[in-house]
Amino acid sequence: MLTDITIGQYVHGDSVVHVLDPRIKIIITIILITSLFLIGNFWGFAIFLSFNLVVIKISNLPFKKVLKGLKPIVFLVLLTVILHIFMTRGGEVLFQWKFIRIESEGLYTGTFMASRILLLIMFTSLLTLTTSPLQLTDGIEYILKPLKKIGVPASEISMMMTIALRFIPTLMEEAEKIMKAQKARGADFESGNLIQRAKNLIPLLVPLFISAFRRADELALAMESRCYQGGKKRTRLHIMNINRRDITALILAIALAVVVSFF
Amino acid sequence: MLIELKNVTHIYDQEQKIKALDDINLEIGEHEFIGIVGHTGSGKTTLVQMFNSLIKPTSGDIYVDGIKTTGKKPDLNHVRQTVGLVFQYPEHQLFEETIYDDVAFGPRNLNLDQEEVDKRVKVALDLVGLEYEDFKDRSPFNLSGGQQRRVAIAGVLAMRPRVLILDEPSAGLDPQGREKLKGLLKRLHQSYNITIILISHRMEEITQLSSRVIVMDHGKIVLNGSPKEVFSHKDKLEKLSLELPEITEILYRLKERGCDIRTDIFTVEEAVDEIINVVGSQNYVN
Repeated sequence: MLTDITIGQYVHGDSVVHVLDPRIKIIITIILITSLFLIGNFWGFAIFLSFNLVVIKISNLPFKKVLKGLKPIVFLVLLTVILHIFMTRGGEVLFQWKFIRIESEGLYTGTFMASRILLLIMFTSLLTLTTSPLQLTDGIEYILKPLKKIGVPASEISMMMTIALRFIPTLMEEAEKIMKAQKARGADFESGNLIQRAKNLIPLLVPLFISAFRRADELALAMESRCYQGGKKRTRLHIMNINRRDITALILAIALAVVVSFF
Repeated sequence: MLIELKNVTHIYDQEQKIKALDDINLEIGEHEFIGIVGHTGSGKTTLVQMFNSLIKPTSGDIYVDGIKTTGKKPDLNHVRQTVGLVFQYPEHQLFEETIYDDVAFGPRNLNLDQEEVDKRVKVALDLVGLEYEDFKDRSPFNLSGGQQRRVAIAGVLAMRPRVLILDEPSAGLDPQGREKLKGLLKRLHQSYNITIILISHRMEEITQLSSRVIVMDHGKIVLNGSPKEVFSHKDKLEKLSLELPEITEILYRLKERGCDIRTDIFTVEEAVDEIINVVGSQNYVN
């Protein structure tokens, strides 16, 4: 039940997309997302979508999984569409019933915004689906490196992210175990009204927090006893190299961004 | 029958079809003391969670105290009151501000009146050897690990279960703590007539306490019988990389060296008698 959550979960693979340098992938994602906001009409979206589909194809991702990742935002998208359809005014009147009026401008902007959000989530999820969390944080650390000069603790930030990602499944497992233990003592997590349910979560949350703190404490001690220190002079196991493939991908992405921005 | 399993199969991972339990048939009666052994991943924990319906099997039927828990809308409250389950490291489930409240959590979920809850908490704390007056208002988080575990066990005992399942209750306890726990289990079984199901990796614990031993491997019950019966299958147990109790192992070694000795003994005292008996009778001096 709890362990079913799969948003942005890494799918192991060895496609061209998987082996691209994570830094390049992050930069490409940023560039293309920016371009997504510069697109002015549906032709741009169509090109972007076909590019998106091609990337999914060559990275051998199960299409179902990508779609599943869109599930959590369905509500947001629908809300956007509905609000635009009923609120935005302009163009010709398409439908009128008492005070409810739909105008063409609203319909257009609604679908336009929805496509933008959907493409945005779809494309960013490609990054997390094809890049392992470890690579991702490594990449982020590199990109944040220049900010160290102005006092941003880049390596600490990336270490925190790595640890957080690492412990999500562990905490999920723990939560499920505690839930079962309390159920065995007659706890009820499934019925009652909202307030009652929130109250019923206390027997789950208190032990969960305690164990998370204990784990954090133990981990900190274990790291310290191995003389861990972030930042300077740390070498790494996997050294990232940028090669021709990465450069090609980057150029392609920039070209695409320029092209779609003209639409 | 208190608990009955019929052709129970549980598939853990639908995609890869990993079977946690594979066609289990089992009956557990009143006043039994059952030890379950098997290496990690053999399905022990999954099996006991079936007993109080925390996990529903993929197929097969389970009856607890006559209730078909695999049927539609079983009376789960009754099932969980009948079958109490103490998880591994149960002290990790403590959450209340005082020990009293934590132990009372179960009884309160049963909607008992205050007087009854009071009584049950007192009895439960007394059973696990914690002085009610001294401990009731203290925070469970300021206790030692062993004491915390006893509070957690008291929390399950306060439900007054007829079957008590314990999943590796002695893991991480010191020798003294283990002895106390053994004493508690014996008392619960003998004086309170509770059916006890004990999962443990310590063969000594299993052989000294249980009247029936179940050996699991790859989701199947491979051996099921009295300790004497089960531990006579030495080769089979070794194949599953399970150890014999140390005492029994010594007797087996003596037998291998040509000594005509019984090997169905699990306590030091009995073993001493048997060795003296054999050595005396054959004038075995070596």
